Amino acid sequence: MIRVQNLVKTFGSFTAVNDISFDVAKGEIFAFLGPNGAGKTTTIKMLTTLLRPTSGSIELDDLNPLTHQNEARRRFGIVFQDPSLDQDLTARENMEVHGVLYHVPHKVRRERTEELLRLFELWERRDEQVKKFSGGMKRRLEIARGFLHTPRILFLDEPTLGLDPQSRNQLWTHVKKVNEIERVTVFLTTHYMDEADRVAHRIGVIDHGKLVAQGTPQEIKASTGTESLEDAFLKLTGSTIRDESANSVDQMRQFASMWRGGRR
Amino acid sequence: MNAILVLWWRELLRYTRSRAQIVASLGQPILYLLALGFGLGPIFKRAGAGSYLQFLAPGVIGMSVLFSSIFSGLGLLWDRQFGFLKETLVAPVPRIQIMIGRTLGGATVAVIQGLLVLVLALIFGFRPTNWLVLPLAVGFMILIAVLFAALGVAIGSGLQDMQGFQLIMNFLVMPIYFLSGAIFPLTGQGVVLTWITRFDPLSYGIDGMRNVLLGTAHAAFDPGVDFLVLVTVGAILLIFGAHRFSKIEI
Repeated sequence: MIRVQNLVKTFGSFTAVNDISFDVAKGEIFAFLGPNGAGKTTTIKMLTTLLRPTSGSIELDDLNPLTHQNEARRRFGIVFQDPSLDQDLTARENMEVHGVLYHVPHKVRRERTEELLRLFELWERRDEQVKKFSGGMKRRLEIARGFLHTPRILFLDEPTLGLDPQSRNQLWTHVKKVNEIERVTVFLTTHYMDEADRVAHRIGVIDHGKLVAQGTPQEIKASTGTESLEDAFLKLTGSTIRDESANSVDQMRQFASMWRGGRR
Repeated sequence: MNAILVLWWRELLRYTRSRAQIVASLGQPILYLLALGFGLGPIFKRAGAGSYLQFLAPGVIGMSVLFSSIFSGLGLLWDRQFGFLKETLVAPVPRIQIMIGRTLGGATVAVIQGLLVLVLALIFGFRPTNWLVLPLAVGFMILIAVLFAALGVAIGSGLQDMQGFQLIMNFLVMPIYFLSGAIFPLTGQGVVLTWITRFDPLSYGIDGMRNVLLGTAHAAFDPGVDFLVLVTVGAILLIFGAHRFSKIEI
């Protein structure tokens, strides 16, 4: 379903993604793990047509997303790592805009919006502007929105960041459900190794832009001779702490939150 | 409902929700009408050029439409920052539709803003020579709005942070306004200023409004010329903006 070959992305002299190759089969849940700044989000951005690769090839459902952007975009859904809601709109309006952009028929849009907002416990506050929501609520809305249309491939970029255990549980149950019932292929990144261990069929570990290990959770644990995925991960990527340098968007967010009196 | 319509609807929703901003944005036109319209009125009259308020009103309307439309385009910067831009960029919709939806939404808001200022000007004592020509004046507002909303998108597509925004404000938006003949007559100026004003698209928009609201005697160009320049430049900027928008990477 996803085929990546010799993918490279450089920003100036910095190589964010360095010659990675992997395959994700149809109906598979693939977890992409790596420390901060390892190249996870850059890879997802290339897979979802937001960034152009420097070199290498990508196939989504046998389509090249570079040459067939719209056909490729029809096939996937994505929950971003950082916010992507319109804060001035209400929860329902955000769902509505998304549904229209993804060609979900009117009736289905209505039904699914209600179903998903109820599932993620936002239905009571559906007509409130998103800027009045707490961080966790925004995150839940973001995820609910990602499920509004039924994609063939679902990208989840650190979906559980900032979620309480209840919502997290709800999310993974739902992910497993759409994976089993609707055969949706799932490509996810997370920092919680237990989640990856529980949910993913296969795992890829990326560090410094290189894919350092690939296989089922059992295979990875076996190959590193460790008991838990967490230990395997630390063994593969070392224990030094990584910092991502703030990009202009982060700087602007900081500026804006200062400017808006820290309302965010 | 399709993508263009839903993004247009979104711009209008956002506009109606920012009531404080609507009121704030009327402050500047009021100040111009008051300080310049009434303040410079007596001198203008002594110079034999008639009522300055009559002359100024189309200029202040043009200013509001300019600011509002160009800022709606630059609003891309905010959408980039708050992330909503990504949501639209990965949607299975041609980017040209997204760009058109945004541009038309921003232009519609700008025209509403222009109409509010027109009402203000009427309250201050501005009177068109013929009420039946108001729709034509609105037509010119629409042309100005679309042109500058497209320019805003073209610029906003490349903007990454607030510093760039200040630069655009000081070196593009303010000059477009001040050098457009919004506050002074375009006829009888020196060579340099004449040339500069000829290259400012807003000159033709405001001149077009003067043509229809006050009569051709108060305008510098032929109304047909105003119309053609605005349509041509507007079309070029729409194509340019769409091209720039299609190249956005995040």
